[in-house]
Amino acid sequence: MTTLIIANLPALVVVVPLLAALLAPLTGRGRAPWLLATLTSWAALALAVALLRQVLESGTVSYALGGWPPPWGIEYRVDELNAFVLLIVAGIAAVVTPYARLSVEREIPADRRHFFYSVYLLCLTGLLGIVITGDAFNLYVLLEVSSLATYTLVAMGDDRRALTASFNYLILGTIGATLLLIGIGHLYMVTGTLNMADLAARLPALQDNRTVRSGFAFIVVGASLKLALFPLHLWLPNAYTRAPSVVTALIAATATKVGAYVLLRFLFTLFGVEFSFALLHTDILLMLLGGTAVIAGSLVAIRQNNVKRMLAYSSVAQIGYMALGFGLANVTGLAAGILHLFNHALMKGALFLALGAVAYRLGAAHIDDMAGLGRRMPWTMAAFVAGGLSLIGIPLTVGFISKWYLVLGALERGWWPLVVLVLVGSLLAVVYVWRVVEAAYFKPASARAAKVEEAPWSLLLPTWVLIAANVYFGVDTRLTTGLALKAAALLLGVDGVEP
Amino acid sequence: MTLPDPATVLAAALAAPFAGALLIAAAGRWPNLRETVTLVTAGALFALVLTLLPAALAGGRPAVTLATMMPGLSLKLALEPLGMLFALLASALWIVNSVYSIGYMRGNAERHQTRFYVCFAIALGSTMGIAFAGNLLTLFVFYEALTLSTYPLVTHHGTQEAMRSGRTYLGLLLGTSIGFLLFAMLWTWQAAGTLEFTEGGILAGKVDAPWVPLLLVLYMYGIGKAALMPVHRWLPAAMVAPTPVSALLHAVAVVKAGVFTVIKVIVYIFGLDLLNAVSASEWLVYVAGTTIVLASLVALRQDSLKRLLAYSTVSQLSYVVMAAALATPAAIVAAAFHLVAHGAGKITLFFAAGSVYTAAHKTRISELNGIGRRMPWTFGAFAVGALSMIGLPPAAGFISKWYLMEGAIAAGRNFVLGVLVLSTLLNAAYFLPILYRAFFVAPDRAGKGKTHGEAPWPIVVATVTAALLTLLLFFFPEVPLTLARQLAGVNP
Repeated sequence: MTTLIIANLPALVVVVPLLAALLAPLTGRGRAPWLLATLTSWAALALAVALLRQVLESGTVSYALGGWPPPWGIEYRVDELNAFVLLIVAGIAAVVTPYARLSVEREIPADRRHFFYSVYLLCLTGLLGIVITGDAFNLYVLLEVSSLATYTLVAMGDDRRALTASFNYLILGTIGATLLLIGIGHLYMVTGTLNMADLAARLPALQDNRTVRSGFAFIVVGASLKLALFPLHLWLPNAYTRAPSVVTALIAATATKVGAYVLLRFLFTLFGVEFSFALLHTDILLMLLGGTAVIAGSLVAIRQNNVKRMLAYSSVAQIGYMALGFGLANVTGLAAGILHLFNHALMKGALFLALGAVAYRLGAAHIDDMAGLGRRMPWTMAAFVAGGLSLIGIPLTVGFISKWYLVLGALERGWWPLVVLVLVGSLLAVVYVWRVVEAAYFKPASARAAKVEEAPWSLLLPTWVLIAANVYFGVDTRLTTGLALKAAALLLGVDGVEP
Repeated sequence: MTLPDPATVLAAALAAPFAGALLIAAAGRWPNLRETVTLVTAGALFALVLTLLPAALAGGRPAVTLATMMPGLSLKLALEPLGMLFALLASALWIVNSVYSIGYMRGNAERHQTRFYVCFAIALGSTMGIAFAGNLLTLFVFYEALTLSTYPLVTHHGTQEAMRSGRTYLGLLLGTSIGFLLFAMLWTWQAAGTLEFTEGGILAGKVDAPWVPLLLVLYMYGIGKAALMPVHRWLPAAMVAPTPVSALLHAVAVVKAGVFTVIKVIVYIFGLDLLNAVSASEWLVYVAGTTIVLASLVALRQDSLKRLLAYSTVSQLSYVVMAAALATPAAIVAAAFHLVAHGAGKITLFFAAGSVYTAAHKTRISELNGIGRRMPWTFGAFAVGALSMIGLPPAAGFISKWYLMEGAIAAGRNFVLGVLVLSTLLNAAYFLPILYRAFFVAPDRAGKGKTHGEAPWPIVVATVTAALLTLLLFFFPEVPLTLARQLAGVNP
């Protein structure tokens, strides 16, 4: 039995949540769907950890789905990079799903909850699948699975504006997915293969091919839309703001990370550094867009009064940091970008969960409603402050580690203005985080806040688990930086980097 | 009896205040127990630090690694003379200040006292982390921890004014440390491949000569806690805090953490030889000298006693920075000694100011007519503190000024001598009128306020103890001087 599981780990990571998603609507309207989702998310985490260990022990894992050998069948291929991203997605899901029960009971009508968990699990299936697959077309299919599920989840928000947010996201997300599909079609046209390893082997010879180049453009734009890279981020703020709290926490911490993974995979593995950077100068593009995202996202975040929206714009800025890291295209910088996938998932996950606890009690997350909340909900707000400090990049939190490597990467490349930009971004984060701190701790309690009490422990516990992770991985970075450096070396095709 | 392993003691000295903070929080409901915990923690910390002294005097340099944060970079504690000095100062004064706090917080019926004592203990723990930091990263970690843990203390009253001051406080301290200090640290790491505090510095031959002064600029303005003008404004803003906070944190722990870092960076990161070789710290002498004079001029115009003391602190801190910038061994001795001397003198002055506030609810100098006769102990102590600031015997400030002058004369720096003379005059000009007013001007008859005597006894005891310490440092300066000489690498 165990050998069977181990032999089929890559398939199980996708199949288990998929089957659970189909089962969920059949389990009735009680707590069963939630329980199923929670167990599934834990199983996914266990599978992801097992897979990661396997990769660390014996290198890249290749799995032929249904026994059809690649490149004819679909190959699932796991190296350090996607093992790491799998860990992020499954890890966040394993913390967020237990949190969902109370939050969903508050925000979603009883007759839709079992469907909610079904779609939630589909979303998870898609996200895990995108990361694990080694087939470009399969990647598109799973991207659509996760996206369609996400549109549905966003639309389930308890505010009618969730529908417009979802619709906007649907339009832009579909455009992004279509561009990606067109790009993949271009590549297929020229190379005749959809297997990513195969593509990676054939594309270097076709650097001057116009079809390949236009395919590249389609893919970069399509993936950037999914990643919400400035200025393609327009769907993000509304979707994050209007979605149910749990959904916001899940997609903020995982969906954009998966988008970033897709971009990385295509830029580095398929097209290669030579083509993407030396020839087409994508590094300059990423640098400009990432830099603008950091500053513009942070500045807009400062002006938001809905705290959920504020954090959404902060995400736009944080995605900018990742793009900066990718664009540096040296081992340190790229590792910083990859590391920030993990670290940002931890901090944003924690912040959105804390905010979800606020919304659970207050029914809203407007900064004026949060006045005086520091006294009423001390543990929730303490978690928010701790998450905020991580966002700023205070030492002993994960945010500091990300920034450290990012600045170091910029210094190695000699891009001084970038150093300044990253540090200015941190200072802007101080401003928007502290607006909430001042409201919660210095203002007299609002009429709403005066009546509430601390959130229940089943909301607090997952939040604090993520806060603890923020601190733990901010002090002991062997696992995270080790993996990020290995993945970066792998993507850049250099070896012998000591973790 | 064998003494415990010094490396273990180092770790214990860091852990003690944090453990104390937890216990204080747990004992929050029983004020007497809570205050006992504070006193016991402070006493235990001082005892721990004291057991390290023989090792430090004997030239021992025990070190302990707490955690490896990144490849090649760890959280590490290491004992060295300056850290020993700073830890002794802060832990000794914490005991005195705890006694004072009890009198002050109860005398003024302050709210949220548990939070106050918890944050205080965390701030002291961070201070120990700074004092014993074995590399720049560790120092930075605790430097930021100190900023954040003192923020709730500065904004203790929770008023709009406290919130605004808190903004200035956090904005300037975090802004400079993230904007400049972190940048400088990363640059150093990138260039030298290490952040260890090493005798003789780590940057020689690693950074091209023209860049050295620029890097020093980043460091000096990055260390906002040293309050070099124009990043000094957080210090007057911090005066909105209850007086014990101003006394221990904004006369000793926080500001001394700033100048402590300045000395550490100049001695152990740059190294005196490198600075002298490229004259990199030349500009700093002038900036610090200007800060000394300008801050004193501002102090001269203050009517609020605490703000006057704050500007006096800004001015006195730059004595340390200027001495360090001279980058000669004699001047480094002066810098290290002044760190202690000013700490003892300034805490005395703040204690006295808080004593007046508690007994008479007066904060302005113009209200102090004749108060010295009602509060003879308080104002006796104030006089000692003032003497130390001016730099007159028999107070500790005289000794540091002596060494600084010696360093300046040896280096032939007339600018420094001029600044010292001018500053002495200015200090006299703003401290002596207060004493004159307190002792020799007749009390206002118009005020219908109740007559009052001295402040509660814990306040008086603490104030007088701090004053005695200032005097003792003049008569028995051997221990700090020995440590300062070890730091500067000169034999007595």
